[in-house]
Amino acid sequence: MVRRPSRRAVIGQWMLLAAVVVVAWLLFDMASANFARRNMSFGFGFLSSPANFDIPFRLIPWREGDSMGRVLLVALLNTLLVSALAIVTATLLGLLVGVMRLSSNWLVRNLALAFIETIRNTPQLVQIFFIYVWLVSGLPGPRQSMTIPGGLLLNNRGLYFPAPVGGPSEALFGWLAAGLLVAIPVLWRLRRRGQRIGVKSLLLAPLALVLYLAGMQGLDFPVLKGFNIAGGTSIPPELVALWMGLSIYSAAFIAEIVRGSIEAVPKGQSEAAQSIGLSYAQCLFLITLPQALRIMVPPLCSQYLNVIKSSSLGEFIAYPELVQMILGTVMQQANREIETVLMVGGIFLSISLLTSAFMNWYNRHVALVER
Amino acid sequence: MTRQFIKLAVCGAVLAGIAALPTAGSAQVKSPTLDAVKARGVLVCGVDTGIPGYAFQDSSGKWLGLDVSYCRAVAAAVLGDPEKVKYIGTTSKVRFTVLQSGEIDMLIRDSEHTLLRNSAMQLEEPAKNFYTGQTFMVKKSLGVQHAKDLNGATICLLTGTTLETNIADFNRANNIKINTLLFDKPEEAFAAAEAGRCDGYTDDGGSVAAARSTMKKPDDWMFLPETISRQPLGSFTRYGDSNWTAIVRWVHEAMLEAEVLGITKANIDDVKKNSTDPQVKKFLGLEGDLGKGLGLDNDWAYRIIKAEGNYGEVYDQYFGSKGLGLPRGLNNLWLNGGLMYPASWY
Repeated sequence: MVRRPSRRAVIGQWMLLAAVVVVAWLLFDMASANFARRNMSFGFGFLSSPANFDIPFRLIPWREGDSMGRVLLVALLNTLLVSALAIVTATLLGLLVGVMRLSSNWLVRNLALAFIETIRNTPQLVQIFFIYVWLVSGLPGPRQSMTIPGGLLLNNRGLYFPAPVGGPSEALFGWLAAGLLVAIPVLWRLRRRGQRIGVKSLLLAPLALVLYLAGMQGLDFPVLKGFNIAGGTSIPPELVALWMGLSIYSAAFIAEIVRGSIEAVPKGQSEAAQSIGLSYAQCLFLITLPQALRIMVPPLCSQYLNVIKSSSLGEFIAYPELVQMILGTVMQQANREIETVLMVGGIFLSISLLTSAFMNWYNRHVALVER
Repeated sequence: MTRQFIKLAVCGAVLAGIAALPTAGSAQVKSPTLDAVKARGVLVCGVDTGIPGYAFQDSSGKWLGLDVSYCRAVAAAVLGDPEKVKYIGTTSKVRFTVLQSGEIDMLIRDSEHTLLRNSAMQLEEPAKNFYTGQTFMVKKSLGVQHAKDLNGATICLLTGTTLETNIADFNRANNIKINTLLFDKPEEAFAAAEAGRCDGYTDDGGSVAAARSTMKKPDDWMFLPETISRQPLGSFTRYGDSNWTAIVRWVHEAMLEAEVLGITKANIDDVKKNSTDPQVKKFLGLEGDLGKGLGLDNDWAYRIIKAEGNYGEVYDQYFGSKGLGLPRGLNNLWLNGGLMYPASWY
């Protein structure tokens, strides 16, 4: 046969490439033949047909009869919202529990251990469903809503709070406020008289809020009307249940990651801190955590990807996210199985790739380069 | 030596093939599904995953229900034994895909007959076995009497069905707004309805009766009188096998015909022995050759009724007095004011 190993390797790779191409072509051919046999077509034109159903929770304005493409956008925003919220709370909770796990206090340590072991070893869907049923059956019905001072109403349909009603120059003030918020990170890094402006730039945030409210005319208070509460905006229990469920489950895993990375910091560091008189809290926040946080970025990335993909469990508790809307209602109405599956797969792939790209950049940015 | 042996074997095979030709030619009914079922010896039937009335399992795992009776009836007609059925429970999302892909021989899963399914999805709709409409189930304490009073209410329902569009159409037609909350599985929807997250539940009339039977306090719930859409539920088969579709259709007609002729599971043997009515004789296969055109023997109708009884008996057992307590209404024979009108027997 071919004598030179390098040439053998090259030939082998070409053959492998040819095999992959042949297999892909065969699969595509089979799919086309099946499509033709079932007299189906492949196309994304259904995205412009009207969507004849209702979406209970949405971040952007939507009405029955808007296009399926807009449904996709609404569902995508819902998924991103719950994923972002869950990532933030999961990290904070996981950090807390992880540090608790290393406490010298017996009770604190074992509480954390119990939490981690119970949550990690039970199915996530069961946890989410449990939280949902607990929330929904624990809170009163709309006719017996709990009133919270400030015009808020709490019942098992959601937490209702007054919504600002836009005045005539609502848009102008809104954009001004948004501009100020965007200016905060820019201002943070600027230097004045040699010193970074830093935290003082956060003063712009309340200013932005004042500007936003200046554009508002009044408040729309939620009030009981018929079966439900009308007026104001609400946070539905589905969102809260999914958010809590995702956070708690991921927090248990993140806690173990935190514990591992704190223990990975050389013990000499905390001993040196003790010997110069730092307290346990000072040692933790000034010495250990800054080093540990750098180590835990790669495994945290996997956990965040898990949170994003697990947001699809919202399908089971009627939260209108991507999988429920697209793979359920839209697929049924437009009768397009392959296209919807491809779309949902593609969207999750893109979100996950973007997230891991950001985390990898952040990892390189904060990594300690050892000699 | 081997070459000679191979030559002999090939000649023998060709001769055997020629000898078999006359027998092969005598099969007149060309139905790939029928042949597959006979070769397999078992009918693969797509049913619901578990809903009282249509298809559910008792504590020993035995499948019962109106749709299940149809599977058993087809098995009795085609294979001679109603027990030779393999049940595949399908969710509303995958039910048509498994039929189109050939995984099941027939689908009978409280599914609506629609234009889209009969055309774009390339599925035949042999027979409608349950006429109903989309019904609302609400708690009596809500004080609602009519569907239009549900303006502003939230209703739980299942995703992946025609129910959402029907509510949207109802909203538009009556200028009201009924909000919906979509769940994947019935158990989750029932839990939310019981907890008060939504004001009611909606589904086709039979499923709603089944839902009420699973509630903690069934008497707390009532059905609103209006049905906001037609829901003719029935069986489905694939395009391209008209003979099999005819078999599935005529199994349903046989169960209706038996009720018209007054034949029940209990009296069938008696009637077979003693009846002089030519209609009864043709039905039971004592006269005529009606099974051949379907690809079955002449006893096929007899076997169906002996195994399951007529349509009235099956309805009574699962939806009637012995089951969910739903009056027959539209599902009665035309003689009694319903919509069940079997085609003529010959």
